Amino acid sequence: MPDARELLLSCLPRLRRYARALTGERSSADDLVQDTMERGWSRLAQWRAGGDMRAWLFGIMHNLYVDQVRRPAPATVELDEATPVQAAPSSTSARLELRDVQTALALLPAEQREVLLLVALEEMSYEEVAATLGIAQGTVMSRLSRGRERLRLLMLGQAVPSPLKVVK
Amino acid sequence: MSIPTEAELQAWVDGRLAPSRRAEVDSYLAVRPDESERLTAYRRQNKELRALFNPVMDESLPSALTRPPRRPLPWMRIAAAISIAVGAGLLGMAAGWSMRGQALATIAAAPDALPHRAAVAHAVYAPEVRHPVEVGADQQKHLVAWLSKRLGTELKPPQLSPLGYELVGGRLLPGDGGPVAQFMYADSTGQRLTLYVSSGQKEMRETGFRFAQEGNVRVFYWIDGSFGYALSGSISKDDLGRIAQTVYDQLTP
Repeated sequence: MPDARELLLSCLPRLRRYARALTGERSSADDLVQDTMERGWSRLAQWRAGGDMRAWLFGIMHNLYVDQVRRPAPATVELDEATPVQAAPSSTSARLELRDVQTALALLPAEQREVLLLVALEEMSYEEVAATLGIAQGTVMSRLSRGRERLRLLMLGQAVPSPLKVVK
Repeated sequence: MSIPTEAELQAWVDGRLAPSRRAEVDSYLAVRPDESERLTAYRRQNKELRALFNPVMDESLPSALTRPPRRPLPWMRIAAAISIAVGAGLLGMAAGWSMRGQALATIAAAPDALPHRAAVAHAVYAPEVRHPVEVGADQQKHLVAWLSKRLGTELKPPQLSPLGYELVGGRLLPGDGGPVAQFMYADSTGQRLTLYVSSGQKEMRETGFRFAQEGNVRVFYWIDGSFGYALSGSISKDDLGRIAQTVYDQLTP
């Protein structure tokens, strides 16, 4: 019988990769992984042996992330001496920065980002993505399609179909 | 050929179309440069995302992430005790891990389940007021014959009277590799010790004294051939060690 503890630990590097891409930032990604693992350990009894451990854990992370996005805490970044201080983007460089895939990714709606990352990074089947996020497969396909197109336009530096809010 | 749906085009990007359909979509795109460019850009996104984030998987893991949480929920401790007493189901395994995690710091050097099981059995039965044992010391002859028969060896509970502990009695428990005998002792203040004797140790090795602690239960244990012994109690390590030495001397002729 496979050791559930081993299975859980074997998913850890993947969870970290996904969390980093999802949050775009190291310290909040580690917090998310930490919370996911704590919940995973404490609910290991609810995981059915033979079930898909990866889908189960990513589902836990999804729920935690959704809670977090819905009720955003003030964003903080841990600063140390090695942290470069970023200059505020000027209007011309802002457009250039969008060419960076990570910057563009952060501008996607969370629900599109999740689907895109589960498909692109985790290489989950659309069915697995639907099960992990608890949504219909048709919803997976439409979010994937819209997410990819938005990411493409952002990286081209073009205006995206739905207007972004401008903070003055 | 039917015109590909958007979902099929997405599946083309991810290489998830059946080969025959993929060929059809290939020829569909061959004459539609705009559409081809769009989908190729999506493929590039996949590649760039992997290139950007795959290195995260190679980063060393902070130890805080690889340990079970330090404080398991109270119900899990109870579940661990019960499941180990009645045999391990999945629930028990899960709860057992979390409890083991809690004691990891002290038991890390000794992966055997022996001290853990002994401590759990102690924690379950030592506080028992009405039924601490199945067979009392007043029926010592029967107790010894019964447990000896079940463990397949002549078993004699050690005499701890000189140290102030009298035999209360014993019970039979299920263990990892077969039946386990638990003898209980108590001093005049009601302080209880349990001696856990397990047959069927797989390693067939001998160890010296080892010490482990789970919560406030301290355990001295050793393995002698196919038998594992563990003395558990909530008294000081020194006192418990002295008694364990006496037990060891009496059990090893």
